[in-house]
Amino acid sequence: MATALAEGGIMRRPSAKSGIGSWLTTADHKRVGILYGYTAFFFFLIGGLEALLIRAQLARPNGHVLTANEYNQLFTMHGLTMIFLVVMPLSAALFNYFVPIMIGARDVAFPRLNAFSFWVFLSGGLFLYSSFIFGGAPNGGWFGYAPLTTLQYSPGHGLTFYALGLQMLGIASIASAANFVTTILNLRAPGMTLMRMPVFVWMTLVTSLLLLFAMPVIAVALFQLTFDRLWHSTFYNAVAGGDPLLWQHLFWLFGHPEVYILILPAMGIVSEVLPVFSRKPLFGYSAVVFSGIFIGFMGWGVWAHHMFTVGLGPYANSAFAVSTMFIAVPTGVKIFNWTATLWRGAIRFRTPLLFAVGMVAMFVIGGLSGVTHSLVPSDYEQHDTYYIVAHFHYVLFGGALFGLFAGFYYWFPKVTGRLMNEKIGKLHFWLMLIGFNVTFFPMHLLGLMGQPRRTYIYNANMGWGGYNLTETIGSFLIAFSMLVFIFNWVKSKRSGTIAGPDPWDARTLEWSIPSPPPEHNFDEIPIVKARDDFWHKKYAEDPAGRPVPVPVGAAEATAEGVHDDSEGGAHKIHMPSPSYWPLVAALGLPFLGWGLVFGMLPIIGLGILLMLGGFYGWVFEPLAS
Amino acid sequence: MAVETEAHAEEHATSLGIDNRKLAIWAFLGSECMFFGALIATYLLFHTHLNNGPGPRDVYNIPFTSVSSFVLLMSSLTMVLALAAIQKGDERGLRVWLLATAFLGMTFISGQVYEFTEFFKEGLTLKTSPFGSAFFMLTGFHGAHVTIGILMLLSLFQLSRMGKVPPSDSLKVELVGLYWHFVDVVWIVIFTVVYLIPAAKK
Repeated sequence: MATALAEGGIMRRPSAKSGIGSWLTTADHKRVGILYGYTAFFFFLIGGLEALLIRAQLARPNGHVLTANEYNQLFTMHGLTMIFLVVMPLSAALFNYFVPIMIGARDVAFPRLNAFSFWVFLSGGLFLYSSFIFGGAPNGGWFGYAPLTTLQYSPGHGLTFYALGLQMLGIASIASAANFVTTILNLRAPGMTLMRMPVFVWMTLVTSLLLLFAMPVIAVALFQLTFDRLWHSTFYNAVAGGDPLLWQHLFWLFGHPEVYILILPAMGIVSEVLPVFSRKPLFGYSAVVFSGIFIGFMGWGVWAHHMFTVGLGPYANSAFAVSTMFIAVPTGVKIFNWTATLWRGAIRFRTPLLFAVGMVAMFVIGGLSGVTHSLVPSDYEQHDTYYIVAHFHYVLFGGALFGLFAGFYYWFPKVTGRLMNEKIGKLHFWLMLIGFNVTFFPMHLLGLMGQPRRTYIYNANMGWGGYNLTETIGSFLIAFSMLVFIFNWVKSKRSGTIAGPDPWDARTLEWSIPSPPPEHNFDEIPIVKARDDFWHKKYAEDPAGRPVPVPVGAAEATAEGVHDDSEGGAHKIHMPSPSYWPLVAALGLPFLGWGLVFGMLPIIGLGILLMLGGFYGWVFEPLAS
Repeated sequence: MAVETEAHAEEHATSLGIDNRKLAIWAFLGSECMFFGALIATYLLFHTHLNNGPGPRDVYNIPFTSVSSFVLLMSSLTMVLALAAIQKGDERGLRVWLLATAFLGMTFISGQVYEFTEFFKEGLTLKTSPFGSAFFMLTGFHGAHVTIGILMLLSLFQLSRMGKVPPSDSLKVELVGLYWHFVDVVWIVIFTVVYLIPAAKK
């Protein structure tokens, strides 16, 4: 038995290098990253369609496009999709593809666990969307406040799908976070000290730590909701002495760190893009890094600013008001550092930089409206109005998504080997920026005029019709800009200019290897001697501090000298083999979920069997041959 | 927790000098702290919300739970002995102590099943009151963790019989041990906070 296993036998590992099978079994961090990217973009289109339906309904007073219940399902799914199935996995796509390369590693610490995270994420997303077939999607808002979401007030299966679906996505996040913490702390190339790491890697580390500690909190809240709905426990049943407020505390204790989970990766991307296109090092590297860490810590101390109107009392409200104002400080530090990076740089306004600058500008607006929430009396006025909707779209769309698009344009040549078309890219940027502002800026005004969130209909006498129509037009402009983007993507991928390894004259390690990178990333693990090491291999400095290109070949020669005693060429490199088991184990989860929703024991059993089988196959499968 | 063994197996040193798997287990246990923290916080909020049902002082059988707590704590000792055995190259000793640890864990779980049955007979269920909900969820999730630990111990036992846990790979035992000790430490907190303190209160 033991020898049969060691030699492969029935447990032989898959070996396909191309075709669908190879994608289903891949453990290569770059391929997993691409899977994350495509899946998240697919969900982005669905979430966008949901937004368009919402806007179509609100375009005119007394709209007839959707019923109230359809509207509730759509805004709930729009929020869940954009947060959990778009921004988080798009960040994960970039983490996966670039973090190992940027620290000079050949893969993540646990390649199969990485694949498992992706498959669980996909299963969770599909499970959540399967609710549309099985009697209606969740309709209680992405925050799912109890007691509205308990069985008594929300009969049907929608919110059970919510509770179990988010649980699955949480599992994917925790597995991925543990993996990236280990990868970043442990797989750095020689000389890549923590304070030489690119800021994007730093922000990945902070984000992963936030995920690691925030996800279990929402897991407990979701279990409580699940138990209340399926087995009639009384956590949120006020009549039996339960306390719906507990949900809000647990949810926002997760929910506020979650906000930073969404924005910190984008901040990391911008911190990579700005220096490259201003041809200057990042201004105040350590200040940017430490303010990111500080935001990560402070993110745990502000959650009750989502609950000012709950009635926690003046002491709690004041404390959270102060901490909320305080957390704007490190964010401001970053903004000033980014601005100073651009200052007197040799700026090249290519598409990635446009998106990065757009991110900074839009995020400033969103950040400022956010600080106005910290004033408790002012927040009483704004709570549950469109002002809040305007605020979080400015930080999550204007901030996170613009940042992610900057990263997409910046790294596209590395992934595909071809450049994105600049003209179409700029057209996309301006359409998206204008569409974004036309859509979301009037929401500030509507909010101050009193239009409440989450209402599917409003009276013509309220005088909100003009702004609402404007917003709807803006939202279709955003949709059009996405078509431009997709056209650019498809066209550039097929026939864009060949990029070469370093099209932007960039600073970090991923640009020192071919585009697209070989499976093993580096023929020889680089030895890092400075922050922005790749830049210093290309340029020396004259006495005035201006970069002077190092003669071609000189850098190579030094590099050769350094690498002489390293462990040898590409032919010896052993990469992790593909595996079926992460997929099998992940597939168990949605079956477990459907079984629980409908109370069908055989389906629950099938889910558990798949998971256990997957894990045992995983542990007992032979190591790569 | 599935244990990954292949990644970078051939690399000699990691940046921190700690094995990847060990670092990841510590990260995971940090995450678990927040999980149990939230469950314990819920219990503290609800242990006086009885909804006219039985309360902590009515149902808890402190002498019985003390004995099962003692059994679980002793399983940490046998776990340490299992690790010490394999580090000394004693594969048979490893298997004996792994089985002993799993046996003690199963004894504890049996005690929990008995306890839940008794509480049920005395009228405390998941539905009775927020106290009941919080109690069963907290101790139930702890029991689930012990059960997963037992599965891991038995899998390790099987791996060892297949000759896949040589003394050079004692880290596998250490990783399962880290998880097992963590689950024990959580029980110490639960026994103190959930059982002893409410039972002592007037």
